[in-house]
Amino acid sequence: MSGLDQLYQQIILDHAKAKHGFGLRDAGPGAASADSHQYNPLCGDEVTLRAVVTTASDGTAAPVVADVAWTGEGCSISQASTSVLHELVVGRPVPEATGLVEEFRTMIRSRGQVEPDEEVLGDAAAFAGVGRHANRVKCAMLGWTAFEDALSRAVADLFEASPQAGPPAVSTTTEQENA
Amino acid sequence: MSAPAVDAARVGDPGGATAFSDDEVAAVRARFPVLSRTVGAGHALAYLDSGATSQRPDSVLDAERDYLTRSNAAVHRGAHTLAEEATQAYEDARAAVAGFVGLDDDELVWTRNATEGLNIVALGLSHYGIGTPGPLALRAGDEVVVTEMEHHANLVPWQQACARTGATLRWIGLDDDGRLDLDDLGRVVTERTKVLAFTHASNVLGTVNPVPRLVAAAKAVGALTVLDACQSVPHFPVDLRALGVDLAVFSAHKMLGPTGIGALAGRREVLAALPPVVTGGSMVEKVTMESTSFREPPQRFEAGTPPVSQAIAWHAAVDHLSALGMDRVAAHEHMLTERLLAGVAELPGVRVLGPTTARDRVGAVSVVVEGVHPHDVGQFLDNEGIAVRVGHHCAQPVHRRYGATASTRASVYLYSTTGEVDAFVETLGRVRGYFGAA
Ligand SMILES: Cc1ncc(COP(=O)(O)O)c(C=O)c1O
Repeated sequence: MSGLDQLYQQIILDHAKAKHGFGLRDAGPGAASADSHQYNPLCGDEVTLRAVVTTASDGTAAPVVADVAWTGEGCSISQASTSVLHELVVGRPVPEATGLVEEFRTMIRSRGQVEPDEEVLGDAAAFAGVGRHANRVKCAMLGWTAFEDALSRAVADLFEASPQAGPPAVSTTTEQENA
Repeated sequence: MSAPAVDAARVGDPGGATAFSDDEVAAVRARFPVLSRTVGAGHALAYLDSGATSQRPDSVLDAERDYLTRSNAAVHRGAHTLAEEATQAYEDARAAVAGFVGLDDDELVWTRNATEGLNIVALGLSHYGIGTPGPLALRAGDEVVVTEMEHHANLVPWQQACARTGATLRWIGLDDDGRLDLDDLGRVVTERTKVLAFTHASNVLGTVNPVPRLVAAAKAVGALTVLDACQSVPHFPVDLRALGVDLAVFSAHKMLGPTGIGALAGRREVLAALPPVVTGGSMVEKVTMESTSFREPPQRFEAGTPPVSQAIAWHAAVDHLSALGMDRVAAHEHMLTERLLAGVAELPGVRVLGPTTARDRVGAVSVVVEGVHPHDVGQFLDNEGIAVRVGHHCAQPVHRRYGATASTRASVYLYSTTGEVDAFVETLGRVRGYFGAA
């Protein structure tokens, strides 16, 4: 596989076209949501992402990611990685989703050193090659950074609205990559 | 001191000068060590990003090294031999760079880069209200006029100056072909205009603006003219005195020279009327605990230890350019620009931002590839050794004007070849297929 094909795996090109979750939908009743806008001043890529959370139907403490809705404009890496994010986290308990964000970030930042766990990351594992292109790291992280930001606020909102739901573990680290 | 006056209308119509022959280009390129490297899987480097920063020839690299290995010392202080030699070389460099743009040595201020030069002017004009208000001071009710094609370096400092002083920022719009909408000129440049700041050549569109016409409009209302010459001085003969602008800026790194040094150059009366904004050592005459008197320009604007070895390297760069002949450099780039424009015109789904003919145009050609983001275009090109710039090139408003947020820019220079241009066009033609956009 050429360096180019390694970066632009077919999965990535497909996601860049499919854009799962594209379009800003309203959160349903009983859900809490928050938006995050992220911008890459280097190339003008931007994403606006809405994280929607609901309390778990089975009464467990952790809320669930009900939707990841987004719009934006950017390169195939940023579009595909946001599409993959949607597929990966919707329907998951929040702590699991934040764990996946951590996992993804570690892989991207490892400069291609960390072998991704495909069992865990699914299609997101295809982005392992991005880490080798320092100036594309920010592209891959754009939607995920927006998700992390929006999610923490959506959960806080949900918790405020229904205090009986325990405070979930939400990582609040923000992306510092200076691509 | 006076190079032949160059009418902007002549740019893109190189008169008698001819492009470099294949043998000549080969000889030109042999002087640039980096051009012989390979990229990725053994691809020859096709460096088409000189609009961002140019490569440096051996003469420039050697000049800096020779100075540092022989004469390195603090300039304008010390009585020892090295200090003498350093000061001499440093001031010779000033005269050489000033002469290259048709000015005298006392009319050229060393800056960190063009951006700093523009800030010195914009800050100077807005600090004028403090202390003794001078004739150039910006005040509420005044207007500063720029164009919609400016690099952020010639826009943001003016926005800031207006915010500080209460002056109003106005701009000359663009027509659909990427030229200034000069029908607007009389409406935008009025008695209230204090400054007309504009680019000589656009780093995105490649457009070369009609300096004499803009200068005349400014003069008619007594406005100061500030020329961003970053993309002109490296590419065709420029005589700032003949152009009649008050002040101009340009950067060494875009004209075979080093990073870390640029120039603010212009009429000595205007420099003399501009207050310094950075103060400290080297720019003073008499200092007491209470007050200070400043030196005359250019030193007035050069506080602190200057970039000496960079100035000396820049001297070598202008010598290198002069030896090649700026008219031939312009002719060579004109030929390449025509070829580039003709090539991309054939590609479906590829749109050029800016004029589609090479007349009054430099060889920075920005394109939007339908369905493929510039970042992806750049990556695809890089995979074949072709280096271009992607993004907004520090000029967001001009992209917005043409309905884009970013573009892919190929920019040629004196060492560029027809083969590189052809490789760019051919590879660009395959981008949409690869990304499934064709
Ligand atoms: C037209 C124009 N103006 C200003 C600049 C700023 O130059 P520098 O970054 O060297 O200050 C550039 C370089 O990118 C340019 O192309």
